[in-house]
Amino acid sequence: MSAPAVVGLIAFVGVPFGYAVVLSFYNVRLGSPLAPSFFGLEQYRRLFTDPDLSGPFLRALLNNLTFAVVVVPVQTALALGLAILLNRKLKAIGLFRSLFFMPVVFPMALVAVIWRLILARSDQGMLNSALHAVSFGNWGAFDWLGDSATAMASIIVLSIWQGVGFQMVILLAGLQQIPGELYEAAELDRASRWQQFRHVTLPGIRGTLVFVVMLTSVLSFRVFDQVYVLVRGGGLDEDATRTVMYQAVTTAFDQNNIGQASAITVVFFLIVVVLTLIQRRVVRPENED
Amino acid sequence: MGPTPTPLRRFMDYAVLSVLAFIFVLPVLYLFLGSLKPSDEVLDGLSGFLPTNLSFDNYSAVLSSLNSDSTGYFWRFMGVSLLLAFVVVTGGLFVNSMAAYGLSRLKWRGREAVFTLILLMMLVPFESVAVPLFYLFNDQRNTLYILALPFIANAFSVYQFHTFFRSIPPSIEEAARIDGAGPWRTFFAIVVPMSKPAFASVAILTFLIQWGSFLWPVLMVSDPSVRPLPLEMSVFQGQQPPDWGQILAFGVLLVLPVLVVFAFFQRWFVQGVASSAVKG
Repeated sequence: MSAPAVVGLIAFVGVPFGYAVVLSFYNVRLGSPLAPSFFGLEQYRRLFTDPDLSGPFLRALLNNLTFAVVVVPVQTALALGLAILLNRKLKAIGLFRSLFFMPVVFPMALVAVIWRLILARSDQGMLNSALHAVSFGNWGAFDWLGDSATAMASIIVLSIWQGVGFQMVILLAGLQQIPGELYEAAELDRASRWQQFRHVTLPGIRGTLVFVVMLTSVLSFRVFDQVYVLVRGGGLDEDATRTVMYQAVTTAFDQNNIGQASAITVVFFLIVVVLTLIQRRVVRPENED
Repeated sequence: MGPTPTPLRRFMDYAVLSVLAFIFVLPVLYLFLGSLKPSDEVLDGLSGFLPTNLSFDNYSAVLSSLNSDSTGYFWRFMGVSLLLAFVVVTGGLFVNSMAAYGLSRLKWRGREAVFTLILLMMLVPFESVAVPLFYLFNDQRNTLYILALPFIANAFSVYQFHTFFRSIPPSIEEAARIDGAGPWRTFFAIVVPMSKPAFASVAILTFLIQWGSFLWPVLMVSDPSVRPLPLEMSVFQGQQPPDWGQILAFGVLLVLPVLVVFAFFQRWFVQGVASSAVKG
């Protein structure tokens, strides 16, 4: 009974993953008449030390890191704030929850297009004209996506917008497992709202919070769709926003360099595994109480 | 539930929530309004929010211009996306629930090892096998089945079903077994009907992810006749000069099916997301 899924998983996850490791030791080029030749660790050496190749790759790693370092805390804090606000018995609370969750169901390819318009460089772009209006004309046209200083910030903003509702729902579920009596007891002790947050809310959702942080870290290393869409047609600064996945795809797809792309893939996988293992390690003691 | 709100606090909560929600929803509002406006008025500063000159012209253009290369095949793109979602969701429900049942209820040699293997496969994001898959199936590019096949068996879905099945008391199935029902019959006649919430939440999560699927089509599709909607969205928006009204109408049509599914099955959806997280 388990056979079909197990066969499918081996065929489409297990085998290709092993194959990625093998390919990363070879010099393989798509459409090349030359047979693949064994390359040893050369692909990895190039990724990290060859000036021509390591430049974009290390830049991609750095961009991923920047993205994660901003998105993980900011998005989590925002989601926690929303979850706390939404964890009340108010009328229309369901409507509010749905509104904040809505962007999660938007495909990233569409989110990228909407924000391409909002961040459009002309003075007719939504953000630019809003800034123009509030600054009494002192702010003019600014190229948010094209300027290397703000390109990554733009990707970060649209990614948080799309993803915050997902974390919010998870944290909300965590909040709802905290017994209400704890808050009543805290109120009897005249604990302030902040003290309640620190001594009741935070400990109560510790496990969920750790899970959300780790999940977001992993997801933030997988960033690809929005970068690809906007670089390919939205005037996004490529160098300031290329991510590890973007680098893997362009190396395989545009440069036909499968061996090199596989090496990037393996490095990508190692990063994700390390993050996931840290997650398991941190979450486990909490669950085994 | 959190602290009991006083009237003042309640009012403040409403105020804060309303302002936040308004800012948050602006991009969506812009999408819907823009899709109803003439193209030259979409990118026109803040007046892009004014509901002037609204019409469904962009929609009829997207849906009907059968000769243009980009928007002309709208129904074909929609058909491809719907077909892929249908195959991946229904196929996935079948094989992954069966696998989970086999792993949680039937006793066989190697069961523990297979379960460990599946847990390990949950660690492997699709991104890290995309390149070798692309290389392995390079001669199958632009076929529909290669767009669906890698996503049917899903370790995370197996895990979700497994968690749910373990919560069903075994006594219910034992009664069926005494009546002479084999594992298949027990599964389809008893376990499946009892597990509607699990099926619903896995189905919705799978549908959502599949509907937005982008990376794999980018690698495997060059022929517009098998292009799913999100990929076409990116091609369409990159055209010069961009026809913003039509692009946004296309975007609304792209997101509408998920919004409808979400509106109807919201409860299961949120349950699915939340339960997978809390159990970690």
